[in-house]
Amino acid sequence: MLAFSIRRLLQAVLVMLVVALISFTLFRFVGDPVNQMVGVETTPEQREALRERLGLNDPVLAQFARFVARAAQFDFGTSYQFRQPVAELIGKRLPATLELSFVSALFALLVGIPMGVYTGLHRDSWLSKIFLSVSLIGISLPTFFIGILLIFLFSVTLQWLPSFGRGEVVQLGWWSTGLLTWSGLKALILPSITLGLFQMTLIMRLVRSEMLEVIRTDYIKFARARGLKQRSIHFRHALKNTLVPVITITGLQLGSIIAFAIITETVFQWPGMGLLFLQAVQNVDIPIMAAYLMLIAFLFVVINLIVDLLYFVVDPRLRVERATH
Amino acid sequence: MRYFKPLAAAALAASLMGTAASAETLRYAFQGTLNQLDPYSLNETFTLGSLGNVYEGLTRRAPDLTIEPALAERWEVMEPNRWRFYLRQGVTFHNGNPFTADDVVFSADRVRSEGSDLTTRIGADVEVVKVDDYTVDFILPGPNPILHYEWDTWYIMDKEWTEENGAVAVTSASDTTPNHAALNANGTGPYKVASHESGVRTVYEKNENWWDTHDGNIDTVEFTPIGSDATRIAALLSGELDMVYPVPVQDIKRVNDNEGTKALTGPELRTIFLGFDQKRDELLYSDVKGKNPFKDVRVRKAFYQAIDIEAIKDKVMRGLSTPSALMISPFQFARSDEFERYPYDPEAARALLAEAGYADGFSVGMDCPNDRYVNDEAICQAVAAFLARIGVKVDLNAQPKAQYFAKVLASGGYDTSFYLLGWTPGSFDSWNVLHNLNGCRDDTGAGGPFNLGGYCNPKVDELAAKVLSENDPDVRNGLIAEAFTLIHEDVSHIPLHQQGLAWGVAANVDLEQRADNQFHFRWVTKN
Repeated sequence: MLAFSIRRLLQAVLVMLVVALISFTLFRFVGDPVNQMVGVETTPEQREALRERLGLNDPVLAQFARFVARAAQFDFGTSYQFRQPVAELIGKRLPATLELSFVSALFALLVGIPMGVYTGLHRDSWLSKIFLSVSLIGISLPTFFIGILLIFLFSVTLQWLPSFGRGEVVQLGWWSTGLLTWSGLKALILPSITLGLFQMTLIMRLVRSEMLEVIRTDYIKFARARGLKQRSIHFRHALKNTLVPVITITGLQLGSIIAFAIITETVFQWPGMGLLFLQAVQNVDIPIMAAYLMLIAFLFVVINLIVDLLYFVVDPRLRVERATH
Repeated sequence: MRYFKPLAAAALAASLMGTAASAETLRYAFQGTLNQLDPYSLNETFTLGSLGNVYEGLTRRAPDLTIEPALAERWEVMEPNRWRFYLRQGVTFHNGNPFTADDVVFSADRVRSEGSDLTTRIGADVEVVKVDDYTVDFILPGPNPILHYEWDTWYIMDKEWTEENGAVAVTSASDTTPNHAALNANGTGPYKVASHESGVRTVYEKNENWWDTHDGNIDTVEFTPIGSDATRIAALLSGELDMVYPVPVQDIKRVNDNEGTKALTGPELRTIFLGFDQKRDELLYSDVKGKNPFKDVRVRKAFYQAIDIEAIKDKVMRGLSTPSALMISPFQFARSDEFERYPYDPEAARALLAEAGYADGFSVGMDCPNDRYVNDEAICQAVAAFLARIGVKVDLNAQPKAQYFAKVLASGGYDTSFYLLGWTPGSFDSWNVLHNLNGCRDDTGAGGPFNLGGYCNPKVDELAAKVLSENDPDVRNGLIAEAFTLIHEDVSHIPLHQQGLAWGVAANVDLEQRADNQFHFRWVTKN
């Protein structure tokens, strides 16, 4: 177990380094950060001096080594555009992204599971057909388009919900939350639906197919034969057994929800990390881009690490295989 | 009638609270962010415009952009190279410190220091001398009639506050520790910064102790950057915001058709133009080998006459542009109306090309930004289509501004053959255009740093040097006109148009739209 964990950890570090190197190489093609930092009238000599001070004239590998050495001490440098430490900026934006992601995941589960159960049990009802067609839209329309449609319907036409921002936030220590104010909650609705729609359809379809599978099994047939109540069969016996894969998928998808919040955050001007990243790309703010990519890579690495370790714990076959080697 | 009761209650409460009831909040959004608050860090219109509500210069500009006294009550040119500024007395900074000559001398040093992006505001060789607490002299190495033209955005900082907070060094882009002045502001202006969260929201509050009177009635201003065009317009249409800018030209009709909002449009100062590589002996991107067709004025003029500027105005800019014969806005040069564009004439263009030896045309690569100016890429596509009609094949390379500028500016080695660029002279003056866009340059950019194509006419340089030091306005305008005539005849560039400004405003809001695209809260009234 220990050897396995250590090997996995080393692999994780390697993955992080590779991500860092790839992103660093990519930054060469994003453009020239200096032009975004100064006005048009800054002379070429001043630009060159700035480039020198920022270390942009050093070879990529030297810049990369410097970045890794600092990142190992949790120092991600200073943002070019905001002139503030990147770690601090990301820390301030983190609560917004996490709240949005968790509410979206919650929405996906709370809506997706019942819809999945319903469509699984009542395959041919007209409501099921509507649900399935709606879910098709959820999968096929791009996120930004769904966001803009929702804005035009609920903000511009009906004027029920805000079209941008987080509303009023309450500060709990370093964590800023929009969950405690009325305007904050209202501001969460449209973005979390936009972000969660894809996951919702995924969960719905997963639950539906699992339900269809389970319903056909013998123990359900026996339960029916014994005369148990429909309700009990559906929810206590059938649903319970469909939830295992749903939980696995949801856990894994949480990482991608956080990572792909970029588009939703841009459409709704949600002040989270994704928006910060996008602003950074436009301004060639390399320190922010690097730190964000590392953070997301870290998130995925950690999730995968946990999943691997859990498999190791759960699945005895893995252990046996190791032992034979 | 469901809302009657709460409304009545609110009205009652409001009347009881007296003046607080009339507190008006203005909520507005811009496409970009206010990155930081140090007034010398970034020479960029939005940053300087926003900070112009908080800080003030010795001079300021009225809605029609004429220069007015601000922190200086008046000034006089004592000798051709000695200017005296008499400072306004009884002005205090937001923290209560008095404003004196020391602050001006301090600010003059700081704006010219290492790391400042506004070093052009005062030449390095200008001596700033405190005469008494409310008089400051500027001693110049030579006469300069436009010394104070850019001083409306040279904001005066409080010496004491800046020193106390360790912010004497300008917040530079290469700083590794946060600078107090980047996150806090202490000006003399009509509004104070109440809170600032970079990239998220900035809140301003009215400065009740301002020395001048507020023409508007706004007490609190909330600024949010909204990058997505659709979201910005939706927030205005839904009534969540009182003002947004810019409004994309294709959305102007929608904003006007919506009850409760209107689009304010007007000419902006920025001139959009095309430029040619006239320096290299062979173009980098062309099938013409061994020579550079753009060295021939007939080819440049053929390009000029092949472009139907009215069609670009109607189809691409939806009417929101002013075709231009000069490289400067008519707002900024009094004798602009003496100049006329060469007429659109594809026949003449084809004849000129044939005369120059390119009867069958040729191919050329064109560089174009796609996120910098209003419909920039669409303009380039239109230009390519017009040039195709005279046999010139354009390979369009449109890219985001970050890549575009890295390629075409001095840092990229002026890597372009034919390009589109926009320019607003920060000084509001023609010399800036003659120098930056038309001055002869070498490969490092010394001379005309933004003369990407390397146009060079020594006579223009000679005239520009005279313009720089001529104090008599009429003689000076004559020299400028002479230089512009040469440039026009040489077809140094193809000026296209001044792009339009478009602001979206709620119907109950009155404000002043300045042609330099700066937004000032003190003129805003909300009914």
